[in-house]
Amino acid sequence: MAAPKKAAASTPQDKTDGGSPPEFTREQELKALRDMLLIRRFEEKAGQLYGMGAIGGFCHLYIGQEAVVVGMQMALKQGDQVITGYRDHGHMLATGMDANGVMAELTGRRGGYSKGKGGSMHMFSKEKHFYGGHGIVGAQVSLGTGLAFANHYRGNDNVSVTYFGDGAANQGQVYESFNMAELWKLPVIFVIENNRYAMGTSVSRASAQQDFSKRGASFNIPGKQVDGMDVRAVKAAGDEAAAWCRAGKGPFILEMQTYRYRGHSMSDPAKYRTREEVEKVRHDQDPIEQVRNRLLAAKVSEADLKAIDAEVRDIVNASADFAQHDPEPDAAELWTDVYR
Amino acid sequence: MPIQVLMPALSPTMEKGNLAKWLKKEGETIKSGDVIAEIETDKATMEVEATDEGTLGKILIPEGTADVAVNTPIATILADGESAADLAKTPAPAQKAAESAPPAAAKAEAAAPKAAPAPQAVAEPDPEVPAGTEMITQTIREALRDAMAEEMRRDADVFVMGEEVAEYQGAYKVTQGLLQEFGAKRVIDTPITEHGFAGVGVGAAMTGLKPIVEFMTFNFAMQAIDQIINSAAKTLYMSGGQMGCSIVFRGPNGAAARVAAQHSQDYSAWYSNVPGLKVVAPFSAADYKGLLKAAIRDPNPVIFLENEVLYGHTGEVPKLDDFVIPIGKARIVRSGSHVSIISWSNGMTYALKAADELAKEGIEAEVIDLRTLRPMDTETIINSVKKTGRAVTVEEGWAQSGVGAEIAARIMENAFDYLDAPVTRVSGKDVPMPYAANLEKLALPSAAEVVEAAKAVCYR
Repeated sequence: MAAPKKAAASTPQDKTDGGSPPEFTREQELKALRDMLLIRRFEEKAGQLYGMGAIGGFCHLYIGQEAVVVGMQMALKQGDQVITGYRDHGHMLATGMDANGVMAELTGRRGGYSKGKGGSMHMFSKEKHFYGGHGIVGAQVSLGTGLAFANHYRGNDNVSVTYFGDGAANQGQVYESFNMAELWKLPVIFVIENNRYAMGTSVSRASAQQDFSKRGASFNIPGKQVDGMDVRAVKAAGDEAAAWCRAGKGPFILEMQTYRYRGHSMSDPAKYRTREEVEKVRHDQDPIEQVRNRLLAAKVSEADLKAIDAEVRDIVNASADFAQHDPEPDAAELWTDVYR
Repeated sequence: MPIQVLMPALSPTMEKGNLAKWLKKEGETIKSGDVIAEIETDKATMEVEATDEGTLGKILIPEGTADVAVNTPIATILADGESAADLAKTPAPAQKAAESAPPAAAKAEAAAPKAAPAPQAVAEPDPEVPAGTEMITQTIREALRDAMAEEMRRDADVFVMGEEVAEYQGAYKVTQGLLQEFGAKRVIDTPITEHGFAGVGVGAAMTGLKPIVEFMTFNFAMQAIDQIINSAAKTLYMSGGQMGCSIVFRGPNGAAARVAAQHSQDYSAWYSNVPGLKVVAPFSAADYKGLLKAAIRDPNPVIFLENEVLYGHTGEVPKLDDFVIPIGKARIVRSGSHVSIISWSNGMTYALKAADELAKEGIEAEVIDLRTLRPMDTETIINSVKKTGRAVTVEEGWAQSGVGAEIAARIMENAFDYLDAPVTRVSGKDVPMPYAANLEKLALPSAAEVVEAAKAVCYR
């Protein structure tokens, strides 16, 4: 095997283009804090339930990457679609899907979004325009391009936000989709969540072009590298990309430079990076702490922040309770939903 | 000696064509590469270039002649120094044709029975067609095109996408005229990108649109099979019934003629293995039309397996405003009491020919056209086997884990006590499809093999 091209990836912030992102209003800061906290606490709880054996199979946690979906969601409007891969709990919560339904799906219960038949990687909500939840790396990129195709076909101004990781970015169908998206000027934002590791393989060991914002260059798709740990930067980039799409200019690529604190899945030996690396990102760049610190600096009281914490914890605890007490699907469900 | 110009084949499956126009007159000088005539089939028009130099001696087939068989001499070219008097020296046409293009000639011979209109259910018209309905004769290609056009007129959410479906009018001319009627928004040429456009189609279908995704052949759909199975077939289940996918994947499947291993595979067994998919593989023109319309309306993903060899075959199609054949129903094409022959798609060609041969020997075969492979009409199969006590399955695909194996298992499970002989499979041979004409013929099933199998189960 060839030696890694770079010893270690730089921290996410180092790669972002200069200049501070536009400030949030206090309401925006509070909403971002609340939505990111909900994802973090939810994922921590999911990790606990997995450890207790209440959640089976694969379980990929989003901890560390919260600013990406929360910031993007703040740039969207009603009707815009979201689709992603298997690290999908955060996306679901960000689109407003109910925590009980998501957690109950993780535990495989009848109240889950897929009646317990999809699990962690396969959940959908037509109501919230969330199109999954896909377990095959890269498949959601063609599907998300198809969502944009449908918007274009129907002549509406909705945008498809198609998330995938640095690992999926090396799949062939991603480029097939890029080609068609630009050729047909489809309204799709390709959000590449670069968390620096595709399972255990670092970007430097897997990618010839590590600047993912340039991955659409040969198709003339504009791209931007974004500090995915700063929710304000994410929202600003999302605004720009969405405006581009809605203006009929075709797709836009956003490389979100982010980091996952936890393993690839629950059974990750974590041998491919150092504890120090994780601790440094967590200490220096945590997306939630950034907002919290700004709010405290802006004289929001600790009590107000604690109230948000408490509200979020209540939601998460209730979801865990529901997910463990909701019955399993009826045996007859085995045979339903194969055809309609 | 004068040189004969033969009717060329535009494609491996062409058996005859029309001589549209002569561009050179008798007595005109011809250089190699000159366009001397135009010929056309229902698929395409092509210019005939001279490969020899000299003078156009005699036009043997006048322009405007329809249905000229491939390899028929259409003109003679006189070499330098030869005159019209030399025309008498022209060798016998058949001999010359055989000399100049032996594989094509052999193929034409082998394919000759297929050139006749596809056998139709004369005895048992589909119950869904009212008596007295006017029938129109059309090719399977036209029946497919009409089915799509009718459904596109009916529902603005239906669109067609695929390689060469629009401006080229379809690689096999199945989408001919659709671009002109429905425009580029609904008849969409894709790049050569099966995996990608299959996924785009599925994504669009998840929002409620109804794509018809054409694969130039199902051989290329192996690039896309992840999207077909993991995304299209499973999403309804994985979403607890929330999000399904009304989409048709269609195109030619199985062997055509002389296109060898990578372009000849039959995917009947592959797709019919997958819950969540419906799999349709018709034989007659009427079934192609009625079942494609049903497939487009179906709220589930449907794999619609066509057969290139059959595209040019004609059949009677009921002239009805809305001729839809339900998915999942087999048809008894020929009644008989001695042995059940069960097939679908082009396998029916062998089955029906064999039934004719068997009748001459006093064996009355009941021939069942499955038409749909998933859901399979087990009831029709079982009722027939209960009557005949014997069954032969016929498929162009491989035997192992094939559809014939599935049928045999269902017969064993449901009619074991009625069987008077083991169920026998006639299938494609267990090899990649060879190119050589003789080997290809050997690799495919034949009517003779079906006859042999039927006689064997009848202990004759």
